[in-house]
Amino acid sequence: MKILVAVKQVAALDEDFEIRADGKDVEPEFLLRDLNEWDDFSLEEAVRIKEASAGTPVEVIVVSVAPEEADETLRKCLAKGADRAIRVWDDAIAGSDPIAIARVLAAVAQREAPQLLFAGAQSSDHAFAATGIATAALLDWPHAAVLTQLSFTPGASTARFRRELEGGLLHEMETDLPAVLTIQLGINTPRYASLRAIKQAAAKPIELLTLRDLSVPESAVGEAGSLSRVRRMYVPEKGRAQMIEGSVEEQAKRVIEIIRAAAGGAA
Amino acid sequence: MSGILVIAEQRGGELRPITLELVTAAQGVRRAADKVTVALIAATPDALIPAVSVAGVDEIVTLQVEARAFDPDVIEAAVRALIESRQPWLVLIPHSIDAFGYAAAVAAKGGHGFASDVFRIEYRGDELIATRGGYGQKVDIEVDFPGKPVVLLAVRGNVYKPPEAAASPLVSSLAAPAVKSRVRSVEFIEPPASDDVDMTAAEFILSIGRGIGEEANVQKFRELADKLGATLGCSRPIADAGWLPKSRQVGQSGKTASACKLYIAMGISGAIQHLAGMKHVSTVIAINSDAAASIFSIARYGVVADIFEMADALQEQS
Repeated sequence: MKILVAVKQVAALDEDFEIRADGKDVEPEFLLRDLNEWDDFSLEEAVRIKEASAGTPVEVIVVSVAPEEADETLRKCLAKGADRAIRVWDDAIAGSDPIAIARVLAAVAQREAPQLLFAGAQSSDHAFAATGIATAALLDWPHAAVLTQLSFTPGASTARFRRELEGGLLHEMETDLPAVLTIQLGINTPRYASLRAIKQAAAKPIELLTLRDLSVPESAVGEAGSLSRVRRMYVPEKGRAQMIEGSVEEQAKRVIEIIRAAAGGAA
Repeated sequence: MSGILVIAEQRGGELRPITLELVTAAQGVRRAADKVTVALIAATPDALIPAVSVAGVDEIVTLQVEARAFDPDVIEAAVRALIESRQPWLVLIPHSIDAFGYAAAVAAKGGHGFASDVFRIEYRGDELIATRGGYGQKVDIEVDFPGKPVVLLAVRGNVYKPPEAAASPLVSSLAAPAVKSRVRSVEFIEPPASDDVDMTAAEFILSIGRGIGEEANVQKFRELADKLGATLGCSRPIADAGWLPKSRQVGQSGKTASACKLYIAMGISGAIQHLAGMKHVSTVIAINSDAAASIFSIARYGVVADIFEMADALQEQS
């Protein structure tokens, strides 16, 4: 039985950064890359199911639709317990929105035929909260989003889970399988990879697939296969707090004054 | 293609307030001939009609479904049937937890234009442009939808002000398509009240985030909160780690600091989900060692400092 875990190498902005000359993204040299935090939790959930499985063997496969630089992130996943890693890339994929990425993921899911496909509830960089659920739609699989608890026994035909709603209300549901589930932070506590596991992961292969391998036409990805197109990225003029300067003692003194004034106003 | 379709959100037969915010969002981009239609998809949709009979709504369409609780297959099929029947050029959906579970599916199946967490919608010439955040809200991104006759936008909450005036829109109904549900509701569970504190009633909150580093440091800030007379709150990572009970979490999936007048955020960078629970507070003081933290863009006062040194200095001076 397989669990496919879709992972993304996200980018965070360096303290100072510049927008690219075409105005549509940040210059890549100012991006700090890492495994999407949500995906760390979904990988951990898959590895825990594998470790807890009594009879049925479970294979955890991570997949990322990304250029070569994402290999580092896939190796991190291998070190944390994934059995196999797949990276899909083709120059035509550049400029894809989450739905175009979902078309590729759906093709990988068809090839691997997992019982569960996990994706992060969202990514920390662009936070569309769309890739996992769009993948489910393209596969026509049952799906649910923002899970904070999952009970699943490998081999079973259903899985039970809780999704976390606004205000902390929990909704317990049950789904048929195979299904796509998107995972919320806090569903577990992701492990750190041991030094030994990191060394072993460095030697493991990462399977590289192209669009042709998956029979996905070029028109299904990139700008042509996307449901939105970036026109412009810019740094907004935001409100800025009135900054309190000075030594820590001076800053603290001013904060206390503000607290006293506000408390007076509130009373 | 004409008109704007707003998908109402309900839970347990109660309208969720974001629905009315979407009605306001629709007014900003409606063109002369556009009707604004609000769709009520529920087991007893008629009961929700008064709640959406507000200015700016031309028509209410009800879809009666069997499912009493959220069912992704049922709502997805219902929204697709609505788009088919009404042929709107714009569909507005709340960017809510329920919609996380179906909005992208509707867009992907229909091939509609799509963007989520949108906080500005406008026309420039003939083109519809939606604005959303990127890279942890440090940049804004304008997107458009070339060649898409229908565009579906999941709109961020607490951006548009709901209309206040009542109205009497036309009411019609549409038969909900038959669906075999593959995901079934079992029950709703209220979050455990593991702590006697009520964050929604607290007027003065001192909240801590990831910046505190480790569990052993919670005590330092608990003592500071006690000394200042504040209720201790936290952001999601602190509750997830179990360092403070979930009942102390402020944000989208925690509590809204609804009575709060003074909020001190220490070591909280300001994820959008956290800001959703506290950005309305009149006096926010943000203390963070990272001068670029997003929280400084919504705080009234900002202090760039080591939060541990600041905690000591505040403890001493208060």
